[in-house]
Amino acid sequence: MNCADPATLDGLAWLACYLTTGKHMAFYGSFGTVLLLLAITAPTALLFGLGGAIAARSRILPLRAFGKTYIAIVRGVPDIAFFLFFVIALDQGLEYLRHQVLCPGWDQPIRQGSDFVVCQAAKLPLGTAPQWQHEVYGFLLAMFTFAIVFGAFAANVLFGAMMAVPRAQLETAEAYGLTRAQTFRRILMPQMWVYALPGLSNLWMVLIKATPLLFLLGVEDIVYWARELGGTKTPNFTDYPHGDWRMWYFLALLVFYLLLTKVSESVLERLMKRLTYGQATTGGMTA
Amino acid sequence: MRRLILTTAAIALSAGAVFAAAHEQTVRLGTEGAYAPYNFLNDAGEVDGFERELGDELCARAELTCEWVTNEWDSIIPNLVSGNYDAIIAGMSITEERDEVIDFSAPYTQPDPSVYVAASEDIDLSSAVIAAQAGTIQASEVASMEGAVLVEFATPEETVAAVKNGEADAVLADKAFLVPVVDADPELMMVGEDVLLGGGIGMGFRESDAELREKFTAAIESMKEDGSLNALIEKWLPESATF
Repeated sequence: MNCADPATLDGLAWLACYLTTGKHMAFYGSFGTVLLLLAITAPTALLFGLGGAIAARSRILPLRAFGKTYIAIVRGVPDIAFFLFFVIALDQGLEYLRHQVLCPGWDQPIRQGSDFVVCQAAKLPLGTAPQWQHEVYGFLLAMFTFAIVFGAFAANVLFGAMMAVPRAQLETAEAYGLTRAQTFRRILMPQMWVYALPGLSNLWMVLIKATPLLFLLGVEDIVYWARELGGTKTPNFTDYPHGDWRMWYFLALLVFYLLLTKVSESVLERLMKRLTYGQATTGGMTA
Repeated sequence: MRRLILTTAAIALSAGAVFAAAHEQTVRLGTEGAYAPYNFLNDAGEVDGFERELGDELCARAELTCEWVTNEWDSIIPNLVSGNYDAIIAGMSITEERDEVIDFSAPYTQPDPSVYVAASEDIDLSSAVIAAQAGTIQASEVASMEGAVLVEFATPEETVAAVKNGEADAVLADKAFLVPVVDADPELMMVGEDVLLGGGIGMGFRESDAELREKFTAAIESMKEDGSLNALIEKWLPESATF
């Protein structure tokens, strides 16, 4: 299709050209960013959660204190405050460490008034790095922060699930002479998931709905592009002038999120059926 | 998918090689990308506008490799001082308040007139509800007006939308931004006189970065001398005064 002069087009032809501009391609790409974030964050958060829950149950006091503190602090601080603080602190912390290692001869202070100044070699990513590296770095910071926050909630869910496994199961394992580690791996872990799943599925839904926070962290996600594309465009600066279309773009986001949660719900329901199969629970009886 | 990843990696690698081969220092220029005609994203999704052309020319004159980065207006100064980019070039007027936190280059526009835009002629500005973008000189101007009520928004787009949906009686913003908006929308009109605010628009730098600031100031002065800056102002900001 010839999109060279959109002013002469109308109806569907205009729309087809409009929806395939470079800007719209970036918009479609940002859906991938959100899905990628979910795909990486969910397992990472689960891992953090498992670590946190095991630490919180540990017999070793410092480890237990660490696990409990992690859960308490992250769950207690509002997400947004944590996101805004943690991403900056993490970035500057990493640069500070690199600065100490890479530029030992540096004689200027790192904090100069409100400026945070490290040597060029300590910059993350390097100032000379192409923009995509900066974007990947920003995305990784965001992902890590998401994983820490949701890991704390997952830790609490898993902690509770571990406690919910009937005590008789563990005592029987002990009676058979299994060590603590063996009991954990062979008896506790396989059985706790069914207790954890309702809580974890809840978390997954909250995680999906929290992805627009990416926008706060400076990642150009679907919310950023929807706002940018939907804004009024005057004829001087675009080939496709239009009024305030933000409502339609946000409607598209709404549909996207509803579809995503709908698909998640049916997958989680199947998973639940499978995990409860044959178990002595109400869910297991009906299966 | 696999091919897509490979292609992306290939492009990324070659881009990296080009950057490495070019100049030694890469300067990252931070802008908002939502304030036509100063800076906006064109249909291809790239930064475009007065400051894009100006910035590219300044970088060529200063013999620097420059890269464009977009950032929310709200956090544009904090992200400069924490080192996410090296300069702000985002239609930012030079004010004393900002000068305490960052340093400015020589101005590359004259003090720019701001105007009020409203949906009807008979608005009493002294007692009106006036929209402005948060953290701008226009917002401080409205805040200092007795009787007027300031409503702040994060983006320029929202300030105009507020007037159109009746949330605010008028919007105060740079004239160069509002002229094309009014031209494109028959419901909106300019009211009252032009207001002169600020000390012209300049590039913002970290206070610890005097060397870079000097380079850009020198480039701006050279563009003022040979008239190329005036040509750019006439092209993009027809309502503004030249040097």
